[in-house]
Amino acid sequence: MIEENFDFSAAAKKKIFAYLGIGVLLMVVGIFMVMNGGHGHEAGGHAEEGGHAFNWMQRVWVNLWINNVYFTGLAVIGVFFVAIQYVSQAGWSAGIIRIPQSFGFWLPIGGILMLATFLVANHDLFHWTHHSLYEEGGAEFDEIINGKKGFFYWPLHEHPSFPIFYVARMVIFFGVWYWLFTAIRKESLKEDMEGGTDQWRKMFRLSAIFLVFFAVSSSVSAWDWVMSIDTHWFSTMFGWYVFASWWVAGLALITYIVVLLRDSGYLSFVNSSVLHDLGKFVFAFSIFWTYIWFSQFLLIYYANIPEETIYFVERLSSDKYAPVFFVNLILNFFFPFLVLMTRASKRHERFLKIVCPIIIFGHWMDFYLMITPGTLKENGGFGLLEIGMLMVFASLFVFVALSNLAKAPLVAKNHPMLEESVHHNI
Amino acid sequence: MENGKNFVVGIFDDEDILLKGIKSVRQAGVKIHEVYSPFPVHGIEDALGYNRSRLSIVAFLFGLTGTSLALIMQIGMMGVDWPMIIGGKDHIALPAFIPVTFELTVLLAAFGMVGTFLVISNLKPWAKPVQFDIRSTDDKHVMAIDLGKNKIDRAAIESALKASGASEVNEKNFD
Repeated sequence: MIEENFDFSAAAKKKIFAYLGIGVLLMVVGIFMVMNGGHGHEAGGHAEEGGHAFNWMQRVWVNLWINNVYFTGLAVIGVFFVAIQYVSQAGWSAGIIRIPQSFGFWLPIGGILMLATFLVANHDLFHWTHHSLYEEGGAEFDEIINGKKGFFYWPLHEHPSFPIFYVARMVIFFGVWYWLFTAIRKESLKEDMEGGTDQWRKMFRLSAIFLVFFAVSSSVSAWDWVMSIDTHWFSTMFGWYVFASWWVAGLALITYIVVLLRDSGYLSFVNSSVLHDLGKFVFAFSIFWTYIWFSQFLLIYYANIPEETIYFVERLSSDKYAPVFFVNLILNFFFPFLVLMTRASKRHERFLKIVCPIIIFGHWMDFYLMITPGTLKENGGFGLLEIGMLMVFASLFVFVALSNLAKAPLVAKNHPMLEESVHHNI
Repeated sequence: MENGKNFVVGIFDDEDILLKGIKSVRQAGVKIHEVYSPFPVHGIEDALGYNRSRLSIVAFLFGLTGTSLALIMQIGMMGVDWPMIIGGKDHIALPAFIPVTFELTVLLAAFGMVGTFLVISNLKPWAKPVQFDIRSTDDKHVMAIDLGKNKIDRAAIESALKASGASEVNEKNFD
């Protein structure tokens, strides 16, 4: 029987708050730099209706959106990982199951932030929210977007005013994700008290429901939150693409936290075979992400249809985004592919400690590249504002995860597969 | 069969006894030729003191050969030997070459690995199978010890086998 409790020490909290402080500082400095960056900024600094003239607030909103989407993804991937382990009745991961479980506590925060950002700044983020696009005969009437209005405005799509269908989807996704997460968490904590296999079976059922729901909702949320930014453009790979990016980043985060916990003396029973499996996950899904990325790119490149290629033209023929485009590929494919290829590198914490943070940052960059060019066009940039906001979100996310990790035993001590996890040998 | 002719064969009924047996036999200073099991036994490589297989290095090298071969072939054909305009792309259109490059990498890595494995495991079609005890294909674990490679005499080996839990100790001689 393994009993371990995570103590969220004052020193660790201090460290996270230090990162948070540095992030806020960088963010503020970054905002001032953007304000004085040559683009005429409006007095008052409120988001203007229309969003055609650039003002610095728009860049703040866009950054908020990037981080909202990315960290919500990490949170829901935590639940997804737990669900997969229960549905596949996996034993190897029983000892570390509490770590992805703790990610789910970000979901309500992420949901409220995302909804608020959308309600306040929708015109700065989404072209399709401008009502003039739907006025037939008007100067800005857009036939293609008009054809897609049902997806956003149903049941009011005859006279688009408030995107009910869109907001309802957002609320339902967050609601159901969080509801299933709390249900799984409740059973898991009950298992600690009671033992036996009843809770394990219940978690199997809840996880199966979650997986079915997530299969649909992950794709639709990718269309809603990311793809609809480039409203004319569409890609049938996009749901998978966003999911792959979330998934590999989430796996890297789980691995990273396991490695760091082991460094501070916890989880000493987690053997190198479990690390090997986590490393294999990160390695394999880095390749999976690249496969999806390339499948999307190749078809668009080869078919060469203007309304499709525009997505890559915006990124590749821009001095601002072209470097990010290639750095993204290097960080998320070549680097993990070559470094994690050998067995030894997946089994040793030294390598994982280098690769995981780089992948976590790399996939944040992936979302930057999905969201920024469509919203900010050539006014975008990569400066202190971006770095600062990422640090703020990352430290808050880690704080929420760790403080909830400390509230329950670190090891699900009555998990029926715990013995198997301890003796895992590959 | 390389130079081994006379073997002592220990039969084990259970894999837990086998794993402990391997350790104690090796501690007694006996060199084990090979262990045959009807199913994979976890931890048997470590118990036998095997080194990590270097097959993955072979796979990497064959894969690298495939990558280079595919790129040389496509660039040579499409870019140098007979340049053609396809879909308005450059003669050397790297993104379009990647699927073929990927396939050849996988193909050569897989073939190279299987071939290397067949060669080093002596699994050629005309190879005569070595059978120490037919029951290793059913429900017994069979440990073969080459007398020619051990400096300890037969009686000591047999008693070490018995002491480590072998249910039977037999002889096997190849002519």
